[in-house]
Amino acid sequence: MKIILNGDECEVGANTVAAVLDELGYAGTFATALNGRFVPQAQRIDTPLSPQDRLEVIAPMQGG
Amino acid sequence: MQFYSTALQSRLMLGTAGYPSPASLLAAIESAQVEVVTVSLRRESSGARAGQQFWSLIKGSGVRVLPNTAGCHSAAEAVTTAHMAREVFGTDWIKLEVIGDSDTLQPDVFGLVEAARTLCREGFDVFPYTTEDLIVAEKLVDAGCRVLMPWGAPIGSGRGLNNVAALRTLRARFPDLPLVIDAGLGLPSHAAQAMELGFDAVLVNTAVAQADHPPAMAQAFALAVQAGLQGRQAGPIPQRDFAVPSTPVVGKAVLS
Repeated sequence: MKIILNGDECEVGANTVAAVLDELGYAGTFATALNGRFVPQAQRIDTPLSPQDRLEVIAPMQGG
Repeated sequence: MQFYSTALQSRLMLGTAGYPSPASLLAAIESAQVEVVTVSLRRESSGARAGQQFWSLIKGSGVRVLPNTAGCHSAAEAVTTAHMAREVFGTDWIKLEVIGDSDTLQPDVFGLVEAARTLCREGFDVFPYTTEDLIVAEKLVDAGCRVLMPWGAPIGSGRGLNNVAALRTLRARFPDLPLVIDAGLGLPSHAAQAMELGFDAVLVNTAVAQADHPPAMAQAFALAVQAGLQGRQAGPIPQRDFAVPSTPVVGKAVLS
């Protein structure tokens, strides 16, 4: 199915947040939000994805 | 100085954005003996490792991080970003920014108070980036904020303290609350002035990161902060409109 990952359309096979992150090869320290709502790390495995869902994956960055 | 339950020695906090190199950022942190730096969260693609590398660098430096909600234009967005920051950085500290205007980066103080109320209730230690407005400050304190971070001037402008009278009022109104000048400082003398006014600390990013020599500028800011603090503690004289002779008049020879 197609989801919107960090603003761009992305074809994925998996259907939970955790599985999609694995599929895409995410590793290290990051946080996730689905359709504007925070998905804590422990809930990623139980959070299903639907077509056109907006998934945000964000990581530490420089800031003021 | 204490922020929430954390005691700190350094009165200078640094932002981490816009340095010419990671090495230059680290050198600035070291030369100014900074204990707290601000950090942010941004989108990361699965292939890119920039965020992970930056986080390793910061963790390795041993400083405490103050994550921000920079770029958020609504209370809801800022609250969600705070939740994500807490998980990523493992701290309850959050520098709360709700921006109301893209040109001045002036805080949307209504959204700021709303987000502060929510986050304080959820146990965050909120550091709100606010204006010098006294009533907004009172609302933030009512919401549960135990540190306030009024701007000196718009972010990155380097103008110094735009509204000294209002900042002085803020200091007088909240004598025991940690107050940090955040944003708009351009020169070490601006930092010294903030400390002389009785502010507890300053937060600087652009003035150091974009200087020709960031580590040297960071150290200059640290020295200015120390000078301003010591000057404040030493008890400055009041200003007068007319001269007062410093050399005694009594005993002067009459020679005319």
